[in-house]
Amino acid sequence: MITSTDRIEKRVFLRAPRARVLRAIITPEEFGAWFRVKFDGAFAEGATVRGHITYPGYEHLTMEMVVERIEPERLFAYRWHPAAIDPKVDYSSEPMTLVEFHFEDAPGGTLLKIVESGFDRIPLARRPDAFRMNEGGWAEQAENIERYVTQA
Amino acid sequence: MSRRRRASAASVAEAAPVFAALGDATRLKLVARLSADGPLSITRLSEDAGVTRQAVTKHLEALAGAGLAQHSWRGRERIWELEPRRLEMARRCLDRISDQWDAALDRLKMFVERK
Repeated sequence: MITSTDRIEKRVFLRAPRARVLRAIITPEEFGAWFRVKFDGAFAEGATVRGHITYPGYEHLTMEMVVERIEPERLFAYRWHPAAIDPKVDYSSEPMTLVEFHFEDAPGGTLLKIVESGFDRIPLARRPDAFRMNEGGWAEQAENIERYVTQA
Repeated sequence: MSRRRRASAASVAEAAPVFAALGDATRLKLVARLSADGPLSITRLSEDAGVTRQAVTKHLEALAGAGLAQHSWRGRERIWELEPRRLEMARRCLDRISDQWDAALDRLKMFVERK
């Protein structure tokens, strides 16, 4: 019955070449297109990039990510505050989770692995039940889409 | 596949100490042991914990503080068992963040495969 409470791991097969997938992750405009956020800067190691959420209903929110590592063709990693959705709360002193995108060639496409870790240090107590914690808006459009994702 | 989970902000708040209590290898081992073989005495739990009995006691008390374990007395010895509902709650919390990733990845999939 025990599973890790510290990390989330996802694997997804994408029917697109690795270069295409890479571009969708490491360029702010493309990342923002599928993640629904508009960034105000470029992704570079060590850079703090701010973004405005464009997801309908959550446009008043901003997010911040610190780019940790960009390994060409292999890895993109950043830190952020998970579910930091209350504009009145200053999250800057809280620990961040680490999000890693790992890219690998696979027959007919690309295997993408996503790992978000560090939850055991996060005071989820102060996170209201919204944005990433709110499954309503985010999960709804996923329902009729074929699911390729398997949980680790 | 529709997984509808409605948990209040209060339940998220309650999960926080659970995450903290589990952020330790020895405590995780104790939870796994209690899950498989519990209820167990401190003596039994100390046998293969790799740390002293005092340390085991301290870790068990930390788990109890987070509502993850509870004890009863058998004579002079405390018998420990898990309080599974709290663990379940912590897991639900992560499940919801996990659901957000599923949705985001579905959008990513549509995004890269249509171009």
